[in-house]
Amino acid sequence: MYNAKAVVAGIIIFVVLCTSPFWAGRTGQDYKKTGIVPPGDEKNCVENVTFMRAQHMRLLNEWRDEALRKENRTYIAADGKKWIISLQNTCLKCHSNYKDFCQKCHVANSVDPYCWTCHIIPGENK
Amino acid sequence: MAKLPAPQMLIASRPDFPDQRWLDVKPEFTPGTFCYPAKKDTMEILHMPNPHEWDPAADDWGLPENWEKILCDAFADRLEKHRSLKLFMDICVRCGACADKCHFFLGTNDPKNMPVLRAELLRSLYRRDHTMLGKLLGRKAGARKWDKNVVKELFYYAYQCTECRRCSLFCPYGIDTAEITMIVRELLHEVGLGIHWIMDPVKNCSFTGNHLGIQPHSFVEIVEMLADDCETITGIRPKTPFNKKNAEILFITPSGDVFADPGIYTFMGYLMLFHELDLDYTLSTYASEGGNFGSFTTFNMAKKLNAKMYAEAERLNVKWLLGGECGHMWRVLNQYMDTYNGPTPANMIPPVSPVTGTVFHNAASTKMVHIAEFTADLIYHNKLKLDPGRNDHIITTFHDSCNPSRGMGLLDEPRYVLKAVCNNFIEMPENTIREQTFCCGAGSGLNTEEIMELRMRAGMPRGNALRYVQQKFGVNHMACICAIDRATLPPLANYWAPGVTVSGLHELVANALVMKGETKRTMDLRQEDLPGADGDEPADAPAARGEGE
Amino acid sequence: MFSSLLLVLLIGAVAWAGAAAGFASLFGAALPYAATVIFIVGMIRRMTYWATSPVPFCIPTTAGQEQSLAFIRQAKIDCPSSSAGVFARMFLEVACFRSLFRNTRASVRGRDSATAGLSIVYYSSKWLWFFALVFHYCFLLVFIRHFRFFMEPAPSCISFLESLDGIMQTGSPRFFWTGALLLIALLFLLGRRIFNERLRYISLLNDYFPLWLLIGIAGTGVCLRYFDKTDIATVKIFIMGVTHFAPVSPEGIAPLFFVHITLVCALLLYLPFSKLAHMAGVFFSPTRNLRADSRRTRRINPWNPPKQYFTYAEYEDAYRDAMAEAGLPLEKQPDKSAG
Repeated sequence: MYNAKAVVAGIIIFVVLCTSPFWAGRTGQDYKKTGIVPPGDEKNCVENVTFMRAQHMRLLNEWRDEALRKENRTYIAADGKKWIISLQNTCLKCHSNYKDFCQKCHVANSVDPYCWTCHIIPGENK
Repeated sequence: MAKLPAPQMLIASRPDFPDQRWLDVKPEFTPGTFCYPAKKDTMEILHMPNPHEWDPAADDWGLPENWEKILCDAFADRLEKHRSLKLFMDICVRCGACADKCHFFLGTNDPKNMPVLRAELLRSLYRRDHTMLGKLLGRKAGARKWDKNVVKELFYYAYQCTECRRCSLFCPYGIDTAEITMIVRELLHEVGLGIHWIMDPVKNCSFTGNHLGIQPHSFVEIVEMLADDCETITGIRPKTPFNKKNAEILFITPSGDVFADPGIYTFMGYLMLFHELDLDYTLSTYASEGGNFGSFTTFNMAKKLNAKMYAEAERLNVKWLLGGECGHMWRVLNQYMDTYNGPTPANMIPPVSPVTGTVFHNAASTKMVHIAEFTADLIYHNKLKLDPGRNDHIITTFHDSCNPSRGMGLLDEPRYVLKAVCNNFIEMPENTIREQTFCCGAGSGLNTEEIMELRMRAGMPRGNALRYVQQKFGVNHMACICAIDRATLPPLANYWAPGVTVSGLHELVANALVMKGETKRTMDLRQEDLPGADGDEPADAPAARGEGE
Repeated sequence: MFSSLLLVLLIGAVAWAGAAAGFASLFGAALPYAATVIFIVGMIRRMTYWATSPVPFCIPTTAGQEQSLAFIRQAKIDCPSSSAGVFARMFLEVACFRSLFRNTRASVRGRDSATAGLSIVYYSSKWLWFFALVFHYCFLLVFIRHFRFFMEPAPSCISFLESLDGIMQTGSPRFFWTGALLLIALLFLLGRRIFNERLRYISLLNDYFPLWLLIGIAGTGVCLRYFDKTDIATVKIFIMGVTHFAPVSPEGIAPLFFVHITLVCALLLYLPFSKLAHMAGVFFSPTRNLRADSRRTRRINPWNPPKQYFTYAEYEDAYRDAMAEAGLPLEKQPDKSAG
């Protein structure tokens, strides 16, 4: 091999960079569960858990549009149950523990919703 | 030579891209599209492999029995020898940035003259034998096998590339088609395919010392004649030292300058300049060739022809080498010579100008200085008495030769000299000069008559730029620092921009040079009357100096 | 072009079907391991393959004035004679695509009154440079953004990067510019292959396939974020399991995620064996990474063959009489008796 020094140095840099997803995770903690504390004894939220985990932001967007743009305050869930569209009075009624619920996943996954620039973070002093 | 179509026709007659995929298109060997093949005895005497008589226009090229194995093995061998080849075969992304940078493509609109596709001709063969995708997918992945038509195609396009490196300037990975063309030509020589216009000079250079095969006594005679001409013009007969031992400097220039108009005037310029400086130098009849057509053949042939320079420097016990104006000569001297035939003999020292004392640090190892560097240094130190007014009848532009610009970076030295000896200097448009310069269209051994139309096509970008400054600024002269240019630009200018004359840089230097004890100049180096020399003021001296710089 | 699109769609469909049929671990864990190993080993082999051949000659493309006389200004970056100059040249080449920035478009015109019917006009043409740069940098930024799934806690620099990327605060989840620009740049690169005659003529399956693949990767990524969402907390748990070599059950993750992963793996598998190896190759390019000092420093060619040439002695033997007659100095005088 010619220019071995430079080439080997280049290969080492390359390998270090390309394996970074593997070693970067070891600098902090492992992440085996989300650690969220669901409120109360409810098995389901407005919709079922799988849907809510993946799509809650979509539902919130939908609710916002329904309530504020169409003045419709009623949501009929997939199971036929009727809900009042309201963040404060429906969602946050159960999900009052911001720190152990919302923030758990949001912080871990670096999700920074700007809901709370206007809405009051649940559980905080008014 | 067939009659050339008018320039407008030449442009209009560029065909559209073929409908077929490039892998399916075969080149047509019609007269005028190919160079004549090298003669069998030439190849034999040079010990080139598989010498044979053949005709590019014929179906059968008489390739040796095991031609495919020879080529495959030679290709594999070159891959082992040149990292550049492996790399350039692997990493081209076909972004197409190189496509319209090639003068051959612009002039012919033949897609295979796009540098990317020119390289792809070889790359397709590489894919089959050296890459996994090519082995798996074959033609779908652009791989193909060797066959005789592929060999013909390689020949066709390897001799439609002048190794000017313009594409490599624009390539995001620096892929240099010159490198690929050199290696393709080397491969073709393995099966005995070469061209006459290159191999004949190689043979001559090999055995008589220069491309033209001028024997020592004739060489001396011609130079003496040129010295006589100098005397006619200036009243001073410059010295013509030959094979002189212990001289300080050995001067080597392309033999074309001794032989061919207008190179001879440049040569006279050298003689006059050196005489005026009283330079302790010598010419050599043995190393009487600066150019190196071997470099258009194989790396080893280039080395072989180049070896004479240091050998002669050692025998004559000179201190350093001075090189004349030449393009590919300087590509070899600048980027290859030291590696080929160095280290320099013990008698040589890093070059020092005996006139100004300037040390040429940039040539410390090869110990060879370009005449433009040498003269620029003289002018900077005010060592030459110059009367640029003698060049007032010309409005000159400057053609950067490919090799000194992109294989050396010699851009400002010749301009510095030119501006000192000419009052009227106009640059051609910026995309056609300096490192972006266009080839004369006939470099790398393609300056042969039988492909004149092709040369004019390839010279179209250069011709067009010249025509532009001719019409806009009244340019009537083009200076250059390349012996091949001096041979190829006059027909090019004649075709694309009639009325523009071509000369080397040192012809203009010598025209302006005021020599000690000279008689009043009434004519220039071409023995044409100098306007205003009979006492009148020049009627309408153009005053457009330095525009477009 | 279409066959490569079909190929990418096929890969995606297989991954979707496989994940939906319960082989998600295969596509989410086993394949990434294999792809990473093959990618890294393949690239190392590619680099050592290049490195086993020497660079026999000093062949930089000089893109500016050489270093010569003191009063002539050298182009220190474009024609570098020092290692610092080479470093700067390479940096600009790799980080800013300097050579591509030079790009011009030559237009041959048949009729032009100013030049009596002949002209070639050179236009500055920076679109390729611009979109190539946009593509590469967006790709890099998108890759860096993904570290929120590789690290716990997600580092603050990633959050900062995301806040920049989503600086317009459009929509929720916030719209990231890099993702969209990545797609736009890829569509430009694909578009020029389809609509530019020259590009169309030179383009091969090997050119379209990586483009479709990248479009597939970016497209599925964008989908996963804005449209067909999946629970990213579960995704992160799954990914962290994979990167810690302790894969967990992929239960609850949408099949589209596995399509995304599979396409990335296809890219990793393809990369070392294709033109995409230019990511390492550009550093090896001898026309860019060498100092233009070939007359100052001698370069050694490891396979330099022995010198073989027509020596002066042979030359004088051949021409001695003629040389004597011309009065040239000789090493050995002609043999009078023979003449």
